[in-house]
Amino acid sequence: MSEASPSPWPSPRARGEGNAADNGASLLPAMAGRRWPAGRMRGRFKDQGRQAAAKRVQFASPFLPYLFLAPQLAIIFVFFYWPSVQAIQSSFYLEDPFGFGSTFVGLTNYADVLKSTEYFGIARFTAIFTALVTFFALAIGLLLAVKADGVIRGNAAYKTLLIWVYAIAPPVAGLIGMMFFNQHIGPLVEFARWFGWDIKVGLDYFDTAFAMIVVAVWKQIPYNFIFFLSGLQGIPVSVREAAAIDCRSELRRFWTIILPLLAPTAFFLLIINVTYALFDTFGIIDVMVKDKAANNPITLVYKVYMDGFRGNDLGGSSAQSVILMLIVLVLTVFQFRFIERRVHYN
Amino acid sequence: MAAIDIAGVSKIYTGGVEAVKSVSIDIADGEFIVLVGPSGCGKSTLLRMVAGLETISKGNVTIGTRLVNDVDPAERDIAMVFQNYALYPHMTVYENLAYGLRNRGTPKAEIDARVAEAARMLEIEPYLDRKPRALSGGQRQRVAMGRAIVRKPAAFLFDEPLSNLDAKLRVSMRGEIKRLQKRLGTTSLYVTHDQLEAMTLADRLVVLNGGRIEQIGRPLEVYHAPASTFVASFIGSPAMNLLKGVLEGGRLHLGTHAIDLDYPAPTRGPVTVGLRAEDLRPASAGEQALLFRVDYVEELGAQRLVHGAVEDQPLTVALPPETPLASELAIAIPMDRLHFFSAENGKRLQRRGETDRTAMAVPARPQAVNLESVS
Ligand SMILES: Nc1ncnc2c1ncn2[C@@H]1O[C@H](COP(=O)(O)OP(=O)(O)O)[C@@H](O)[C@H]1O
Ligand SMILES: [Mg+2]
Repeated sequence: MSEASPSPWPSPRARGEGNAADNGASLLPAMAGRRWPAGRMRGRFKDQGRQAAAKRVQFASPFLPYLFLAPQLAIIFVFFYWPSVQAIQSSFYLEDPFGFGSTFVGLTNYADVLKSTEYFGIARFTAIFTALVTFFALAIGLLLAVKADGVIRGNAAYKTLLIWVYAIAPPVAGLIGMMFFNQHIGPLVEFARWFGWDIKVGLDYFDTAFAMIVVAVWKQIPYNFIFFLSGLQGIPVSVREAAAIDCRSELRRFWTIILPLLAPTAFFLLIINVTYALFDTFGIIDVMVKDKAANNPITLVYKVYMDGFRGNDLGGSSAQSVILMLIVLVLTVFQFRFIERRVHYN
Repeated sequence: MAAIDIAGVSKIYTGGVEAVKSVSIDIADGEFIVLVGPSGCGKSTLLRMVAGLETISKGNVTIGTRLVNDVDPAERDIAMVFQNYALYPHMTVYENLAYGLRNRGTPKAEIDARVAEAARMLEIEPYLDRKPRALSGGQRQRVAMGRAIVRKPAAFLFDEPLSNLDAKLRVSMRGEIKRLQKRLGTTSLYVTHDQLEAMTLADRLVVLNGGRIEQIGRPLEVYHAPASTFVASFIGSPAMNLLKGVLEGGRLHLGTHAIDLDYPAPTRGPVTVGLRAEDLRPASAGEQALLFRVDYVEELGAQRLVHGAVEDQPLTVALPPETPLASELAIAIPMDRLHFFSAENGKRLQRRGETDRTAMAVPARPQAVNLESVS
């Protein structure tokens, strides 16, 4: 345990140290072995290359390694590349609504999409939605994790209970979240009524947006919580203690020591949360807007689905999904280039 | 700089473990105190109570003139060096050193000056812009020391700061810590389980056993007059030989051997007799002697450690390397170097007329340094 190891996952090494050698060697045993690949991307590259060379395994047949890779490659190909290529292809065609063939139309589908003010309205909402969901899910998850971390230090019983939260929460949390806004039994609707706010999910644009964000945040909190918690537990006790001697203010210690050491976890979660807000909130939106999407807030992904499967405009829908892919690509590159560089990997 | 007073301090952990039991130590300003004892005896707990990292269950800790029981660690004016260094991994060496000063609102110029001075003293100037992960263990150790020094605290607290270093580095860092402490004159409380480290560093040693103080004293005091069989076997390498014997009619019976004492016996009946390996030598003809059966020999270069037994009781003898060996040796009894301990509770039995060898402690200092070659 020569140095602190604020990896997103608790490393048993960072832990067996000090008196409070707390016994939960790994909060999340299943994750202990995994590592966010970004951790290796920069700086270590040279080193790893050398190591890889030293450890290179010799296969008897040159085809054997490809055989081992084949299942993984097949899955990626069938479920990712092939659909992507198809999407790109069909984005250049105008599909006959009755399925009697298609006509090549060049970039017309893209032009239509980019000329549509409706599309830009939805894009704007998607951006706001993603930003708010990501921010609140991360902030609340972190806040809860910090509070829980103070309580469970060395307390194995609490630790186990908190893992249950992770094990059962996401699907159930989604359901519970929906129920909050149920027109008849929803406690949040009831609560808002006290203040004279009559929440009408699915009828009022703002109310629906509000409910969507709350439920999306609510559903993602357990996930963020558990990762932040294990990140916090991975910060060596002695580093916290050294900080306690060097700095009086707990808040300041949090900003100057704890948060920087949590940065790898936070960066990982940032990417996961943006992706979640963009794509995995589909189910929540679907339930809330049901068949009345017209004057309700929806995100880009939902629009792809609506135009393609409800409106039978396969070409336009494909063009949208290609645009979406490009947005995600740019976002990811941006995150790795500009944010990861500022993250301290150990 | 300040004196530290530890008065009747106890620690009871939740769960009821009493890790420290009513410990009192009076530490003078500028003194180097070493807490030494086997693993789990409560050394770290005591140190951490002084640091404020553990609450004090009973008793009082005073630093300078201030009772600090309820004072925040950052407000106690102490600096601590941890076993695993506990450097801030995301900060450069410079930032690691400056962090504590910045948080105390020290002006930038002053911080720069202090960091530069500490870096020069510890020879870490070339690494000021590096992150800790790009440093070797020894360099990290120096940075950890530097972080303590720049603060100019009233006291340094060390928790086994050298245990993660290799043997050679440990010896040189040990010397350096001692030199720095003397130069800065900062009161220091140092925890180690290594008796050699304790002997070489301490102005005074505090030997702990099971949360209690066994003995407080200058290193040679403790070495020459251990207060109990525990201290006798813990301090010094090789450990002091402890033999079961019986005192009767002015004679010491060790098994079938009977030795005439030339002074009044400190007690009657069963006793534990302590013999330092280095106080033993082959007997010349006509001398009172123990018949020693040799089992095996450890060659240390400067001396040889001969392990064997007197009848059925194990004994180790340190002999000059040129001493001829046989399978049986007659070992002389150093009458004035016998230690007697109660057979019941292991406490030292002071014999009348015992020369106070601790008075020679200061000039005899090089003797302690000799021990280094042993371990
Ligand atoms: N946080 C804790 N909770 C309960 N018991 C503890 C805790 N820390 C240490 N102990 C116990 O207190 C005793 C002394 O520990 P410690 O001070 O670390 O010993 P040392 O530093 O001398 O090896 C040990 O028996 C240890 O198990
Ligand atoms: Mg300890």
